[in-house]
Amino acid sequence: MGAALLGKKVGMTSYFTDKGQQIPVTVIEAGPCPVVKVNTIESDGYEAVQIGFGVRSPKRVNKPEMGHFKKAGVQPTMFLKEFRVLDTSLKPGDVLKVGDLFKKGDKIKISGKSKGRGFQGVVKRHHFGGVGMTTHGQSDRVRAPGSIGSSSFPSRVFKGMRMAGRMGGKRTTIRNLEVVDVIPEENLLLVKGSVPGHINGLLEIVKL
Amino acid sequence: MNKLDLVKNYIREKTNQIRKEGGAEELSKLSDFKPGDIVNVAVRVVEGDKERIQNFKGIVLYRRGEGPNETFCVRKVSNGVGVERIFPLYSPMIQSISVLQSSKVRRAKLYYLRGMSERKIRQKLRAQ
Repeated sequence: MGAALLGKKVGMTSYFTDKGQQIPVTVIEAGPCPVVKVNTIESDGYEAVQIGFGVRSPKRVNKPEMGHFKKAGVQPTMFLKEFRVLDTSLKPGDVLKVGDLFKKGDKIKISGKSKGRGFQGVVKRHHFGGVGMTTHGQSDRVRAPGSIGSSSFPSRVFKGMRMAGRMGGKRTTIRNLEVVDVIPEENLLLVKGSVPGHINGLLEIVKL
Repeated sequence: MNKLDLVKNYIREKTNQIRKEGGAEELSKLSDFKPGDIVNVAVRVVEGDKERIQNFKGIVLYRRGEGPNETFCVRKVSNGVGVERIFPLYSPMIQSISVLQSSKVRRAKLYYLRGMSERKIRQKLRAQ
């Protein structure tokens, strides 16, 4: 069965292998994640395991939610997420930990909400090359999108045309990230390379 | 202690362990040098399955970064050509760093040495 956890980004630093290679690593605080609910085909129509992450003051939990946590017998958590890859033989109240699920060398995928970049032009947002040169009397076409379609036919701009607009702040997944190291006592996961989102952002970590 | 510092310490210990196995000096012994020092850096060089120690002797231009990200730059003039080499301080490939001569400088980044002749550098460092 697969492994999945929720975590938050702590920051980035460097790691050295015994061969002397310097690797950029992202530090993730992953888990511990209590199992809050197990969805079964009979009750929900599909199989999944709902896990929680983060500490939440009981004052900040409304009554229906509190009931949900009480039923599982766990402390209220900041986030709840369902994973279909997890083993449905888990029981509510079980706690998932990094040390048990992930080990050095594992390939994982990480999803999170990317950093919001605001309204951006096509050069930054879609990696366009821009149109013009800076010489020959041109001064304002360097980062322009260029043509967005033909004229009388079709007389409209096709849907999905890549243009300027809001960038980032969307769910992003990076696959094939490598686990460089695990520190079980501190619930920390070191992953090679960068992961989506800002520091303290919520991350979903799934074993491939 | 925040979690990132904790990881930095963890990496430090881990690197120290790797260094120990490779017969290199401990990190705490390495870090005692500053810009303006003339140092000899002993670097492990792996050629195929053979290993040897290569020495790089020169003047430390700067140290930058902190923790596992720290690097330093050593400059020397070899056959009339200026050579600068940047080393990661935590690299297990660095066997030892020995300070041959220490000089008093008033800047953290000694980029101004690049344009100077060796004689002038000597005079400058002695004058200070």
